[in-house]
Parts: sequence; structure tokens; C-alpha cells
Amino acid sequence: MTTAPVLNRRDFLKTSAAGGAVLLVGFYLPTGAMAASAQSQEKKTPNPFNAWVRITPDNKVTLVLGKSEMGQGVMTALPMILAEELCLDWKQVTIEQAPTNPNIYDHGTGGSGSIAGSWLPLRQAGAAAREMLITAAAKKWEVETNTCKAKNGAVVHGHPQRFFSYGELVQDASALPVPDFSVVPLKNPAEFSIVGHDTNRTEARLKSTGTAKFGIDSRPDGLLYAVVARCPVFGGKVATFDATKAKSVPGVRDVVQFEISGRGASTTGGVAVLADNSWAAMQGRKALEIKFDDGPHATESSESLQKQFVDNASKPGTVVRNEGDANAALASASKKIDAVYELPFAAHVCMEPMNCTVHVKPDGAEAWVPTQAPQWAQSVIAETAKLPPASVVVHTTLMGGGFGRRYQADFVMEAAQIAKAAAGKPIMLLWTREDDMQHDFYRPASYHRMSGAVDAHGNLTAWKHFQSSTSIAAMWRPDGAAKPEQSEFGTGATIPYGTPNLRIEYALAQSGAPRAWWRSVEHSSSGFVVESFVDELANAAGVDPLAYRLRLIGEDRKIPQFQGEPDSPPLNTARLKGVLELAAAKSAWGTAQPAGHGRGIACFFSFDSYLAAVAEVSVKNGHAKVNRVVCAVDCGRAINPAGVRAQVESAVIYALTATVKDAITIEGGRVKQSNFNDYQMLRMPETPLIEVHVVASKEDPTGIGEPTVPVVAPAVCNAIFAATRKRVRRLPIRSGDLV
Amino acid sequence: MAIDFILNGKPQSVDAGPDMPLLWVLRDTLNLTGTKFGCGMALCGACTVHINGVASRSCVTPVSSVAGKKITTIEGLSVDGNHPVQQAWIAEDVPQCGYCQSGQIMSAVALLAKTSNPTDADIDAAMSGNICRCGTYQRIRKAIHRAAATHATKSKSSA
Repeated sequence: MTTAPVLNRRDFLKTSAAGGAVLLVGFYLPTGAMAASAQSQEKKTPNPFNAWVRITPDNKVTLVLGKSEMGQGVMTALPMILAEELCLDWKQVTIEQAPTNPNIYDHGTGGSGSIAGSWLPLRQAGAAAREMLITAAAKKWEVETNTCKAKNGAVVHGHPQRFFSYGELVQDASALPVPDFSVVPLKNPAEFSIVGHDTNRTEARLKSTGTAKFGIDSRPDGLLYAVVARCPVFGGKVATFDATKAKSVPGVRDVVQFEISGRGASTTGGVAVLADNSWAAMQGRKALEIKFDDGPHATESSESLQKQFVDNASKPGTVVRNEGDANAALASASKKIDAVYELPFAAHVCMEPMNCTVHVKPDGAEAWVPTQAPQWAQSVIAETAKLPPASVVVHTTLMGGGFGRRYQADFVMEAAQIAKAAAGKPIMLLWTREDDMQHDFYRPASYHRMSGAVDAHGNLTAWKHFQSSTSIAAMWRPDGAAKPEQSEFGTGATIPYGTPNLRIEYALAQSGAPRAWWRSVEHSSSGFVVESFVDELANAAGVDPLAYRLRLIGEDRKIPQFQGEPDSPPLNTARLKGVLELAAAKSAWGTAQPAGHGRGIACFFSFDSYLAAVAEVSVKNGHAKVNRVVCAVDCGRAINPAGVRAQVESAVIYALTATVKDAITIEGGRVKQSNFNDYQMLRMPETPLIEVHVVASKEDPTGIGEPTVPVVAPAVCNAIFAATRKRVRRLPIRSGDLV
Repeated sequence: MAIDFILNGKPQSVDAGPDMPLLWVLRDTLNLTGTKFGCGMALCGACTVHINGVASRSCVTPVSSVAGKKITTIEGLSVDGNHPVQQAWIAEDVPQCGYCQSGQIMSAVALLAKTSNPTDADIDAAMSGNICRCGTYQRIRKAIHRAAATHATKSKSSA
């Protein structure tokens, strides 16, 4: 049985000096703390030639990637930072995935934090290596270091210019004392020739030729393929099984039962069928005669959850935030607006289903894991196989999507148990699409009762937000039962819209469904609710939605993040207005639209980045078509603007899918949907024209993988309102909603 | 049972149950892992290969049904990975996670073989069976147009 560490998405797993036990540090570490943590890790292994850059005497340069690539582009953007400070020729660079070594690399990849957290540490590491190379060259020439310069992978000196390639210097350079990272000279951004320039992804060729290796492509010698029968009901378990027929399926080698439990487990385990190939394993699973004990959640349904929401909303909730007296202001308001918003569970649906390949040997283990948290994977395998973590080699593979799903280690727990039972043979645990869709950690379902008051001049005199949801914190945090609300509002509790009376309340709804971090997490719900409701207020005030937002945001100021960490950057209203105005200008906001067409706008601040979107829709016969989405983004300095645009385009499609496609629903304690027939994805013909405008900024870089998600649903639904005067308050939009 | 077909231009014989889908023969028996598993129900297109030139979902194609036929996978599309469609994919920086792109490329190549200068509607029709969860559709469309234009230019200069 494996006990997972207490984990939150922005946590860092660290190995204790004593014995490698995995400890957990902090919750919701803000970007600044992530940078500080990464920085302290740099200091553990200060020599950048060990950690970050390898240069061979024949001048081949390899940069090491200490994060996981799941499509978000870190395999390009992070090495760009190193290459910039190292003054390398980008064409000379190859990239290598870091080994799982918690003493050097801070591997967890999530929270849109890779660039923000690595920006300073990688600049420092690259600059330190550059200075060491310069010093080595100066020594060879017997000149002052300040007369030498690094340029295109070489150190140059004098007139006429002489030079040493880095390859000629690396042996001497790596033996020099490492400069103090805190004072090492960083390049003047005005001289950047790589950072800030559009750069195609480094692994595009691999991914266009079928040669990229994902977790599912791991093929160690003697591999057996494992498919698992699990209880479909949350929390249920295997009661009895008979493997006779399964074992007679051609290609099936073995059938083993295993259990997993504790924090981080999505199931209780199951019965694994091991076979020579995936197909035989699937056929073996079909042939299993198995009975389940459905456990305590067997009666849960979407209807029972809805009843809880409505019951909760009929009573006051726990007060999360209270300024002024919103209840009194609402009671005496001349114009009061009430609205209920609802969002369902959502599944991640990575195109590569969950899988994990593990080989447990007597003296160690080797694993190939498509994971956002390789160190957690390492600790799970070590604990299961009773091995020291250092003897567990985890190869972090490319991932066919992550979106937060692969921050989990439930599939690693399963694979480790099966590998332990497989008598020294390497096994690949393969989830089918049905397994993946029905045993996810879902985006919470939530119910929001909003109340607002507008006075005769259109001023917002009260804002009240009640939410009931199946909290993430309630599942994951030690204090989650006491404070389930702390994971559920995000920056939805830091509204930029000025009001003297603000009240936020919360009530937990119980569910057996596993919940966790879905692309943009709680912001995906908060963005929809806040940005739809402010549109309703604009309509009530009789003011254009853009003008109303700008008016309520008011003067330039910095609003501290409610529930933020002490060093969370404040919401800078000037930057928020900046993206609103940019998106509006680029979409010709305010110009006439044909009948049945409408534009909607939304903005949101999350992951320390500022997003605005204008959606254009047309509605015909009760069917909405999204024709165009114009996005403006301010994520500070864009390391790779091409990568930023790609992430925004991606998040638009991801969010639009959740807006116009299907919901995850519960029946008999299990997920009803199972494959792409009943949980549909947006496809090519439904793809709108997406335009992305990136604000040129000298601010430190902030998140980009997620923060576009929150603005898409409200922009679309606000556009539907503009086109039809029908307000969508429940996602996804169902056929009939617009009739 | 032994089943013979032509795989990426070469004769191939496999010993497999007749019902085993071509996808798993390619991936697990022959270790050609460029073709991907996504749904097992011909709903997502990640497993797309060409069977006698026709884009087909290998996850629901029993291997016995391809006996004597010509199969092309992403690995066999070009000798050096420089098929015009692959070049267009790289130039437009299409892939994100990349998992679906083998299938997308195989569908696009089949489209262009039939329709050398496809309209947006042609692209919608031919590509709607391929899901990309990273949402690279807009770039896929551009890459297909780019590949078509490259092909047109080449045809002109060789004429």
C-alpha cells in the first residue's frame, strides 16, 4: 500500500537529507516563492556545467530541461533563457530531459509556473556558466576578463579578433569556482537576441514524424502490458473474481489483484491482466468474472448533488470575505439582480491515456512515466518496492497532454503495485479511454448564487457571491475539512470591480468523485461566474459592457490578492484595463453586427497574468456558432511570443469545449460518460478564428498555460446575450437553452 | 495465424489473432509506435494509417482484413521525415503535445492525394475525425494550405 504525500499543485517535493523520504513543503506557493525555492535548489549544486549545460570538446551544446513537456512549450522556452545568458547560437543547441534528481531539479510542472519560477534561476545559471567560460579564456590569453566577450558560443578578444569556442574552454571553465548567483552579471534585456523572439518548438520535427517518444511508447525488453479491472463506483472495491477464463485468452500471462489507497489514489486498486500485448490484456479483462463491492457512494448522482447545492444555497454559507454590509445594501437597493450559475464536473481528457511503465528489480527500479511530478512518481515506486528513492530511476517522457491530470500519481501507484507482483518483468500499465474518462480527478462541480445592486447612476453598491462546490481542498489539504473554500474562488474573490459592500460565502457539497487541478482550476469557474455577472450588471445599468467594466475598475491601482500569499503580486488595474482595451480595439468593439450576431467581452487575472477576450457568435435556430475569438494577453515579458500565442490558442479550444460540449455527470456513484461519443471534444469544423495579441512588457514573466481558460466561456455567453438577449447561466450550453 | 501485407513498402508477415486490431499489431508486435492509441472506437483519429491509400482507423481494423493490402504508417510516409505535409507541420509550428499529430498528418496526406488544393470546407470534412485536445486546428488548417501551395509550386516548376 502506498501512502502519497500531501500534495498541492504548487507544492514542491523535496528529498530529506536523512534518508530520502519525500517531504512536502508549502501550499499554493506563489510565483515568487517558487523562484526562491528553485533558486535555493540551484545553490545545492552550484556548478551549472553539472546541472544545466553540457558542452563537449567538439562544441556540441546540450541544455538540460528540468521541467516536463506536455505540449506547453517548456522544452523550447526554458532552454531559450539559458541560451540567451550563455550567448549561444540557438541552432547549436540540443535539449535533454533532466534525470529525476531532487537535489538539483525542482521537477513539479504545473500552476502555469515553469517560466515564472525558472526565469531568474536559469538566467543566473546561464550567466554563471558564461562568466566561467570568459574567465577560462582570459586565463589562456593572460588578459583581463573584462576585455573578453561571449558571443555565439565562443569567447572573443581583441583586434583583430581571436576566439576560443566554448568546446575548447569547457574543461578549464567547469573546474573554476562558481560565481555567486546573486551577484553574477545578467544580460541587459535590450541585448536579448533569443528571449523575446518567436522560436519554433525544438521537438516539432519529432512530433511530425512519429519519432517522439511518449510514455505509452516505452518498450523495455520483455515488456508485459497490463490492463486493470476496477470498480466503476467511486470508493468501491473488488469483492471476488475468477480469472480462469481470462487466463485462457491467448497472450494473457498472468492475473494479479492489488490495492492502492490513501491520498492521491483515484481508485482502490483492482485486478490486473498482464499480457504479451495491449489487445490481449484488454480481451483478458473482458473475460474476467468479477464482482464489486460498490461502497458508500453508490447512490450518488448528479441529481443528488444538485439537491445538495440547492439546499446549501437556501442557507447562509461560511463567510469567506466581508466588507461593508452587502446584505443591507441589497435589501435597500433600487435595482437588484439575482442570478444562479452552475458548472459541472469536467474531465481532463489527455489524448494519451494514462499509462506508466515500471521495472522493479531486486536492487533498484526503472520507470518511464509521462508525469508532471516525476519526484512524486519516484517516491511512490520507491515506497511500493521498498527501495531507496535514489535507486529508482524515473525517465520523464514526453506527454500526450497533461492539463493537471498528470500531476497525479494514481496511475503510478497502480503500475508500481503491478510491477512488484510481476516477478521482475517490466510492465506497462495502460488505461483505456474509458478508464481515463471514468477515473479522473475532475474539475469540481459548483453552484453560484450571485446578487448585485446597482444605483440610479449605475454604481455597483453591493456584490454578493455564494458558492457551493465539491471542493478540491476538502480532498487534498490537511485543513481542507475545516476550510474547504480556500481552493474554490481563486482570484474570483479579488474582483477588480469597485463596490463598498462585498460579501463572499461558501458551503461544501459532499461527493465521492475525486477532484483536482483541471487547466486553470478554480479560475475556470470563477471567471465564468464573475465575468458573466458583471455583464448582467452592465445590462441592468444600461451601460456598454466594456465601458461598464472600465468604469467599475476605475483608477489605476494595485489590489492585493485576496487569500494570496504575502508575496503574491497585486492585481494591477492598469494592466487589466490594458488588455481589455487591446482586445476591444483589435475586435472593432462597438461596431455594428448583423442580426443574430453578437460580441461579448470578458477579462480575468489569474496565474499573475492578465487576459481579455472578445468572442463573436452567431445564433441561428437555437444553435450558437463561435466565429472569432480575439485575445489580448499581458503575461509580462514573453520569453517565446510564438509559444505564448500557441498556449492562448490552445486554451481557447480547451475552454470552448467545456462551454459548448458535454458535462461529466454521475449516476449510481460512477461517471456516466465513457468515450468521445458521449464526452465530445471540439473539432476542426467548430474551430473559430483565434487571434492573439501579446502586450509588449518588461515586467517579469508570469503564467500562460492556463490563464486564457477563464475568459472564454463568459466572452462566448456574453456574446450570445448580445445576439439573443438570452443569458446562459449553466455550462455547458445545452441544445434548447437558446430556443 | 500468419497474415501477410505490405507495410511501408516492404512485405510483412505477422502471427496474430484475426480479430486483433491493426493498431496493436503495429504498436506492440512490430514496435512501430508512431501510430497512437486514443479511443479504441474510431472516434478520435489518433490511430490513422493508410490502407491502400485510404485514411483508416487502425484501432477498429482487424488485422486479418488487411491481408494482401498496402499499409502506410507515419514512419513510412517519407524516408527522411521530409514529406511536404511534415515540412508544413514544422514550418507552421503545429504540434503542441504532439500525440494526435501522426493521425492528423496521415489524414491530411490522404486529403491532399485526392484534393490537391482543398478549400476550408474540404479540410473541415476530411479532418473532422481527428481530435486535437491541444486545439491546434487553426495551425493544422494553415499547414494543409501551405503543403498544398508547396505542391502546386513544385508541379508548376516541373511542368
